[in-house]
Formats: sequence, structure tokens, C-alpha cells
Amino acid sequence: MLAKRIIPCLDVRDGRTVKGVNFVNLRDAGDAVELAAFYSRQGADELTFLDITATVENRGTFCDLVRRIADRIDIPFTVGGGIRSVSDVGRLLDAGADKISINSEAVKNPSIIGDLALQFGSQCVVCAIDARRNPDFDTDGTEGWEVYVHGGRTPTGIEVVSWAKHVADLGAGELLVTSMDHDGTKNGFAVDLTRRIGDSVDIPIIASGGAGSMEHFTDVFDRGKADAALAASIFHFHQIDIPELKIFLRNHGITVRIPQETPEE
Amino acid sequence: MVAIVKYNAGNIRSVLCALRRLDVDATVTDDPSALRSADHVIFPGVGEASTAMSYLRAAGLDTVLTDLTQPFLGICLGMQLMCAFSEEHDTPCLGMFDASVRRFPSGTGDKIPHMGWNTISGFDDPLFAGIARESYVYFVHSYYAPLCAGTIATCTYADTSFSCALRKDNFRGVQFHPEKSGPVGERILRNFLAIR
Repeated sequence: MLAKRIIPCLDVRDGRTVKGVNFVNLRDAGDAVELAAFYSRQGADELTFLDITATVENRGTFCDLVRRIADRIDIPFTVGGGIRSVSDVGRLLDAGADKISINSEAVKNPSIIGDLALQFGSQCVVCAIDARRNPDFDTDGTEGWEVYVHGGRTPTGIEVVSWAKHVADLGAGELLVTSMDHDGTKNGFAVDLTRRIGDSVDIPIIASGGAGSMEHFTDVFDRGKADAALAASIFHFHQIDIPELKIFLRNHGITVRIPQETPEE
Repeated sequence: MVAIVKYNAGNIRSVLCALRRLDVDATVTDDPSALRSADHVIFPGVGEASTAMSYLRAAGLDTVLTDLTQPFLGICLGMQLMCAFSEEHDTPCLGMFDASVRRFPSGTGDKIPHMGWNTISGFDDPLFAGIARESYVYFVHSYYAPLCAGTIATCTYADTSFSCALRKDNFRGVQFHPEKSGPVGERILRNFLAIR
């Protein structure tokens, strides 16, 4: 059976991971490659790297980093942050990324999704959707959510489920859905939102934002019907260790991949 | 020397990186004599069947590949192109394996493409030496090869049991991505390179 995926997310600025990551057993936790290798050994199913470099001049360092990650890491990884064009994506895929994630640019220019799907295949096009609760979008009995861009700062006036359907029709291969209301709270994922979006499209949904306990993961897979769950700080700060989380999920009836240390010789 | 077939399909770099991690010398080439003289040949592939086949035919690589006699491994689209036919744009393929590639049925409740980690089982081939049954490997595909005489490993998705590895003589193919399947995938690649 297809396993539910656990995806640690690493924010990268000028080629270094940010968010004071506390790993005593790593020589350099600021080195995204070292940290990625650690998560891969722990049994992460995929990795996501978000470039939060402020300046365009330093974007080149991200491409170099993607190349170093591809040299070292033997599980799939997605890269995103600041992607504006088909040629940006070409460079990142050539550098060895398996998938790219696109967010603000997709809202500004939705046709880029179709262009990317045509040129590189839907399987590598992840559309990231940041949403906030907005009662203006409520319809009889269901809570309305609005799409936001620029790291959750700018409202777009777009209702989230219609946007999800639209980008899926355009050719997105996967949706990374983040509730900006839940992000950073550690109070759990936006389970209802995740489920509503998942029910309205037939591409996989990665839930993000709000993970604080192992039960939150069970909940977003069970009730939220997510295909994957992404989290950052709870992994970076060792609040939850991936091997422990996977065993917990398996014991709660969720199909997960628990890698053996090494296959038998 | 390991030769990776150079053509218009993705993931060549991932395969090259995986071989480098194994300290294996590999060359990416479409030169017939380099392909014929390699100890092992890997035929990767991410993309669409008809575009890939047109390219291979135009480059004259179709007959070069089918005539090779050393251990040969197709990956993902590479494996599908080694079958006789693909439903993807009704494409006649290379035909090393007597199988017709089909699209996963819709309406089973399972999303297409089949993407992520799934378990493989039922194998009996040196390619899978030391690999425990129900090991997880990474898949990304919408088309599959049905079970057939050449099946050496199976997987199930969308209510369909399919060939996730095929073999005919020196030719082997895997539907999953060993280069992205962690330690299990690494062992499968090492097993392939140990085949003489």
C-alpha cells in the first residue's frame, strides 16, 4: 500500500539553513546538505527546501546548493522560493531537484503552471497554496478560506477551493496546502481545510502548518485524508523524532515506510 | 565502465549521482560503440513515451539498444520503453519485453500518478538479493506493465497488480526509481552492477 509521507521542510538563506536548528550530533546543522542527510537517515520520505534568500544576486548560491543536495541525497526532494519563470525551474531541475514548488507567481500568472507541466511533466510541479480563514467566503455551513501570497502577507481575494481546482486543472501535480492561521501555533493542522481541498481535486495533498504533536499527524492523515504532511520546527528542535513518529503512526493504523537501517547483506 | 543512455529524458543526473555515491565510474553517452563496449548499461527515463521513442528512432538508438548483450537496466519510462507497446499515445516501443504498457484505471479512489513509496514483493532475481519482501521503493508513474512471463517483482496500486520489475535474458527493467529509494534502492543498483 502507498505510504503516507513525512516531509521535513528546511528554510535556506544564502545557501545556509535558518531557524536555529539544534543538532548536537551534526558537525554543521547550518549546512543544508548535512541536515538533509540526517533526515534522510531518520526515514524522512521526501525533503523540501525553501529559498528565502532576500536578494536576487544570491539566488545562484541556492542552485549550487541544489546540486550538492542531489549529489548526496538518495530520496526525492522539492525546491521552492522565488520561482518566477520556466527557465528558473529548468535550472533547478537540471541541478538535480525532483520537483519544484511555486506559489506567488502562480497567482500572478496562472498559465505558468500549464507551461511547467507541459515542459517538465505534472509530476514535478507542486503548487503551494497559503490560506487564511475569511468569513466573507463562508457558504452555507462551511468555513471560507482565502488564498494569500508573499509569505501570507498579501490577500488575493481568491477562494481557496476554487483556486485548488483551477491549478489542478492547469496541470499541477500536487498541492502543498498551508494554513497561515495554524502555521507556528503547534495546535494541529487545518484538518477540515485539508480534507475539503483533497475531496475537490484528484491530485495528492501535502498538509502543512500547525504540527505540534504526533496525534496531529494521525488526525491530518485520518480525518484530513492528506497524502503527506510537512513540518519544520518540531523536527528541527527535536520535539518529534521521525522514527518515533513513524512507529506511532503505524501503531495507529496509518501506512508508513519504516526503513531498515541497511538491507541485509 | 557503466554507460548511461543519453537521450531526451529526465533523471539522467539523478542516476549519475547515485552511481557516484557508489564510487562507480559512469559515462552518459549515445555513441553506439561506447554503449556496446560498456560493462553495464542503464537506460533511465522520466517523460512521455512517444516523444522518447521518436528521439531514439531518429538517433538510430532503437536497434543499438535491442542488440546489446551486457547487463542492461531500464528505469521507469526506460522500462516501459523496453516493452512491446505503450498505450501512452499508442506508441510501438523497443520490444525486449513481451508486454503492453497501460494506463492505471481511474475511479478506484487512488490518485494518478502513482506517486510515493510503495512495497514490492514476489521477486526471484539477483537484482533483489538481500532485499526483504515488502521493502519500500519510490514510484512516480501513470502507466504500468501488466503481470507477464517476464515479471520478477510485483506491486499493487489502483486495484491493479502490476510488474514493477521485468526480465528477459540480459535485459532488466524496474518501474520504480532505485536512485531515489534510499538504502534499498542503493542495494538494488549494487546488485545490478554485480551481475556479469
